[in-house]
Amino acid sequence: MRKEVYITDYNCVTPLGFDVSSNWNALLEGKSGVALHKIIENQEPFYASMIDSEKLNEEFNKDFDNQNFTRLEKMFLLSLKPLVEKHQISDETAFILSTTKGNISLLKNQKTLPEGVFLSSLAQKIADFFGFKTKPIVVSNACVSGVMAIAVAKNMIQAGKYKDAFVIAGDEISEFVISGFNSFQAIGTEICKPYDKNRDGINIGEATAAVYITLERNQNGKFSFKVLGDSAINDANHISGPSRTGDGLFASIKNAMTEANIQTEKIDFISAHGTATIYNDEMEAIAFSRMELQNIPLNSMKAYYGHCLGASGLLESIISMESALNNTLIPSKNFEETGTSQPLNIIKENQPAEIKYILKTASGFGGCNAAIVLEKC
Amino acid sequence: MKMMKKTAICTIENSKIVLNNNIIFEIPTENFSDFAKEVYKSLALNYPKFHKMDNLSKLAFLASEMILKDEDHSRTALVFANRSSSLDTDFKYQESINSQENYFPSPAIFVYTLPNICVGEISIKHKMQTENAFFVLDEFDEQFLNDYSEQILQSGKADKVLCGWVELYQESYNAFVYLLTL
Repeated sequence: MRKEVYITDYNCVTPLGFDVSSNWNALLEGKSGVALHKIIENQEPFYASMIDSEKLNEEFNKDFDNQNFTRLEKMFLLSLKPLVEKHQISDETAFILSTTKGNISLLKNQKTLPEGVFLSSLAQKIADFFGFKTKPIVVSNACVSGVMAIAVAKNMIQAGKYKDAFVIAGDEISEFVISGFNSFQAIGTEICKPYDKNRDGINIGEATAAVYITLERNQNGKFSFKVLGDSAINDANHISGPSRTGDGLFASIKNAMTEANIQTEKIDFISAHGTATIYNDEMEAIAFSRMELQNIPLNSMKAYYGHCLGASGLLESIISMESALNNTLIPSKNFEETGTSQPLNIIKENQPAEIKYILKTASGFGGCNAAIVLEKC
Repeated sequence: MKMMKKTAICTIENSKIVLNNNIIFEIPTENFSDFAKEVYKSLALNYPKFHKMDNLSKLAFLASEMILKDEDHSRTALVFANRSSSLDTDFKYQESINSQENYFPSPAIFVYTLPNICVGEISIKHKMQTENAFFVLDEFDEQFLNDYSEQILQSGKADKVLCGWVELYQESYNAFVYLLTL
């Protein structure tokens, strides 16, 4: 019998708020963090979901004296602090950090690599600040990193290597990332429209998110979500183009459901990836349809938060758990008209729902995909 | 629980490839790109996509080729890690956007600014639609990679795991790639 592993606490820092409840309230009102921002000098502004730096500093200064942190590190510290205050760090506590680019903005105009751009240095700095005793683990698996980080925590705890884990995920908006996605002509010309007929690309976003994962289920009525199954299967098709068959996502979902030992009709809600590029959303629709999940209510959070890269999977998992706790499905913002060859049951307005089983998915460059199944306990 | 076995090991460093303790290729060059080109020619790899890869992918690809060969790997997972992530290519990409006069961001370079792309390249070559993960650690930690691989094997998500440390920044590189089974 494999050990049961639970998510019992979480927090997030996004343009919509610096804690979960402010984020949830903003989502209920349909607010989006995406707006036009001037990110690259001498270029037109881009639609992106960006945290106001002044507000970030203001929040940070309330809680922290030490100013020797980058903008991204401040976001990480703010998201993790409330969890560390509530749950004790022991010799058997894992610290897992998920990111794609970390402090990449430090690289601008440098002749050699600054220490801060190494992802392990970033993780160690955060770990040292809070006094973690084990060596940090960095998951850097493109846009599935955030979902995979939950799976890594679950698997390492089940294998008996740790008793509990703090998992954080974060990426910030940088000229590096924006110019790169723009060179792919992948950036949308307005607030993105996942799965919609008129979708024309992504919005980049930034956020940090943190969850606490443990063997101990929460007592006295507080929430627990059991991590039932996970998988991350490669498409083996193309390093930047989504698969046309959805093979990798299909297999990831299938394996995660097998491990969870539940049937597809049991899933109450899918928190999908939905980047709003033509090919990604089409690929997802094919994979969901092959899994016969086309009637399960589904959303993408990208029109609220943009695509927060290594943070997106963890942030969206948190919002989906918050959805389950509040018995409310949140609409897939900006979706109007079916724009995929296989129709999906895309949520169009706030609606009450009993949510017990959640499927969370993600896909990314390198042909990677990931899926986890969560159960509200 | 069954014990895990290491069935093949390939190392690449100092312009030398060693497979299961046998030197299979060696050439006196300081330059990784030249080294990779010579390996490709001498082993007749015949895979044109190789030339488009960045150096980290070339390193991971070559070490994996030695072990995977033409066998069936439809149930072999990939678990890789390194220290410098994709910073070798990140640095080159950053140079292409540093100045406004010389602003030429290229999608062909940008796509390699993620460390897991090398895992994607190996998956594509061997049609491996299997579990994969990429970690960034401050130093090679075989115990961690083995622990992570072992739970993949024990859970039945794969029959084998190709595990590897693939570290590269500019001319400094080393690969230690090995195959694990139960």
